[in-house]
Amino acid sequence: MRFVSYLDKGKVMVAPEGLVSIEKAKSPPVSFHLLPPFQPEPYNESFKPNPDLQQHLFGKLLLFDEIPFSLEDIHTHFLNGCVTYEKGIIENNGRYSCRRCGNCEKHLFASFACFRCKEEQCVYCRKCIMMGRISQCTPLVRWIGPSYSGGQKKSLLNWNGELSSAQREASRQLADRIGKRGEFLIWAVCGAGKTEVLFEAVEKSLCMGQRVCIATPRTDVVLELLPRLKAVFPQTKVIGLYGGSEERKEFGQLVISTTHQLLRYEQAFDFVVVDEVDAFPFSFDKSLQFAVQKAKKEEATLAYLTATPSTQMKKRMQKGELAFIKIPRRYHGFPLPVPKMKWCGNWQRKLNHKKLPEPIESWVKQQLEKRRQGFLFVPTIPILQTITEHLQTFDPQIEGVHAEDPERKEKVERFRKGVIPIIVTTTILERGVTVPFTDIAVLGAEDDVFTESALVQISGRAGRSKDDPNGEVIFYHYGKTNAMIQAIRHIESMNKEGFL
Amino acid sequence: MKHCLYCDQLYIDEVSWRFFLGLNEETTLCSICRGSLQEIHGEICHCCGRPLSLFPEKYRQDQLCYDCVRWEKEKNWQGLLTKNRSLYIYNDHLKEMIARIKYRGDAKLIEAFQLPLKKLFKKHFKDYTVVPIPLSEKRHYERGFNQAELLARLLDVPVMNALVRTIHEEKQSKKSRAERIAIKHPIFRMVEQQSVHSKNILLIDDVYTTGSTLRQAALALKKAGATTICSITLAR
Ligand SMILES: [Zn+2]
Ligand SMILES: [Zn+2]
Ligand SMILES: [Zn+2]
Ligand SMILES: [Zn+2]
Repeated sequence: MRFVSYLDKGKVMVAPEGLVSIEKAKSPPVSFHLLPPFQPEPYNESFKPNPDLQQHLFGKLLLFDEIPFSLEDIHTHFLNGCVTYEKGIIENNGRYSCRRCGNCEKHLFASFACFRCKEEQCVYCRKCIMMGRISQCTPLVRWIGPSYSGGQKKSLLNWNGELSSAQREASRQLADRIGKRGEFLIWAVCGAGKTEVLFEAVEKSLCMGQRVCIATPRTDVVLELLPRLKAVFPQTKVIGLYGGSEERKEFGQLVISTTHQLLRYEQAFDFVVVDEVDAFPFSFDKSLQFAVQKAKKEEATLAYLTATPSTQMKKRMQKGELAFIKIPRRYHGFPLPVPKMKWCGNWQRKLNHKKLPEPIESWVKQQLEKRRQGFLFVPTIPILQTITEHLQTFDPQIEGVHAEDPERKEKVERFRKGVIPIIVTTTILERGVTVPFTDIAVLGAEDDVFTESALVQISGRAGRSKDDPNGEVIFYHYGKTNAMIQAIRHIESMNKEGFL
Repeated sequence: MKHCLYCDQLYIDEVSWRFFLGLNEETTLCSICRGSLQEIHGEICHCCGRPLSLFPEKYRQDQLCYDCVRWEKEKNWQGLLTKNRSLYIYNDHLKEMIARIKYRGDAKLIEAFQLPLKKLFKKHFKDYTVVPIPLSEKRHYERGFNQAELLARLLDVPVMNALVRTIHEEKQSKKSRAERIAIKHPIFRMVEQQSVHSKNILLIDDVYTTGSTLRQAALALKKAGATTICSITLAR
């Protein structure tokens, strides 16, 4: 959109086109990014901000289109020093970056002839386009007036489950850090019962009037955590943010959010938990890192929950720069199954010749005979499709599923019910999938997508029940990789520590 | 290696592969995204360009689909739109792509359709004057661009903005078929300075749904003296 600039008592002022008379404007209206530099107005003590707008905007960076108030309303708050306008697309020596999602990859910026600002080339960010377009002429609106606290101090924890000794120690250490700036890492193996470990710290933070966020790359983790946390903190305003969520416009004291939705926040949270335990295949990617850094307050407590810390994090842990605690033992006290490696030959060539690699064929047949369900992980979607077609000749109920699969939910449900005997997949499925008597095979374990952390997380899917701690994990490969060996060591050492 | 314009995955745009497909220019979509688009080919309705294979015999008459037969029976609309040709079936994948362009505002994505669109244009409508279906002022401002105009510009020929939309889109889509067929309220009027007299006009729009938008536009053009009016849409 277009703005005008004008001088008011010697100070450069700006306003959306149409809100200031033409005579007053210093120059014709221009795209927002072409305005001369201006300063936000000082806060006017005698002004009464609209509490609804304050609640909607506080701690966020939003487009005008995302704010359900009139342009006049918003601009009145600008004139009284409660909001300011900032560039969404920042240009630096001909290179662009996006203020909302942190994108600075050249190929993810494009331009169009814009009807709003009348520029032939209005540059916009394609990376975060699904959240509504940020272009050079659309400013981001930020609240700079009095802060909004939600007005709540009391927050009772309604939970009387029991923690294991390892969980208890992690829980206590985390709670000790509330109110203090810094980072803390909880190294929790899959199935360690990590959510309960957060309760004490979250309660303490909420009781101090703080705002808390649990961030995760995955929508299904939000959907799983939301009802649990609502039940555990019945007096707290808990909201869940994911694509299509209805609670987006509400103010949450405790916010559970996907990476994407978190991008709308800035300097909002006192305590942030990054849950990336089930992040595969994304792991702690750059955009989540960016979103978290932006959404937390400077003085915030930041906690990472992970099953597989990155090399960088491990280095920082070794140097003593990053405090951490391990929760190695699984909730049922059984060790994780240690993966076995099996040679599979040039399986890719076999597939190209429309043949199934024998080791996979015999694994599938065995599973069907033993009536044990199985996950078969493969590196890519085309391979998934080929393999699934082959396997359906053994049993038509066998299915393939990938992250983008529109029928994903239904297939997972059918797998959980035991209708699908073997599921071929490229991704870790929903966390609710804890089917007893499940084994795992990885085809092409040497592929680059199967990093150490991916393989550890994949192995964590087997034997996830008290009744069947002996799930089997096999890496079928065409050449051992470091990642495979490290993953096996990783699991062995976790098991050892769990039994000390 | 290059990034797919839709899914952003890296893919290999092999020259030999392009040659094999009969394309001598670069692709913009990866093979999966390209493969999810269903090109319209084979037997089609001579008027609206939809594939006839999808219809049982009883729903067509000679080379016309049932819809077109009904349009041609209406005195007011007879012969207004000579022929429409569309690139793809309006399947879920294309719906998602068009939604990302229109509702999320990803103008760049439209370039994925440039090559096939140019081909279709050269094959059927080479000497036509290109006129995009306009948006209402309000919708145009909301979106920041008019997707039909972006499509028209992909053809690399002069584009004539000859029409103005006088009725807001929402009001139009809420109407029943009977209401749409009644001519009472024209949706479009001519831009005064533009002359279409004795010209063959090619309308451009993103989707052919009921055909009434294109016919309404054709009506305004016909009254202004246009000779033949045809159309191209991305989806049918
Ligand atoms: Zn962005
Ligand atoms: Zn613009
Ligand atoms: Zn693609
Ligand atoms: Zn037809």
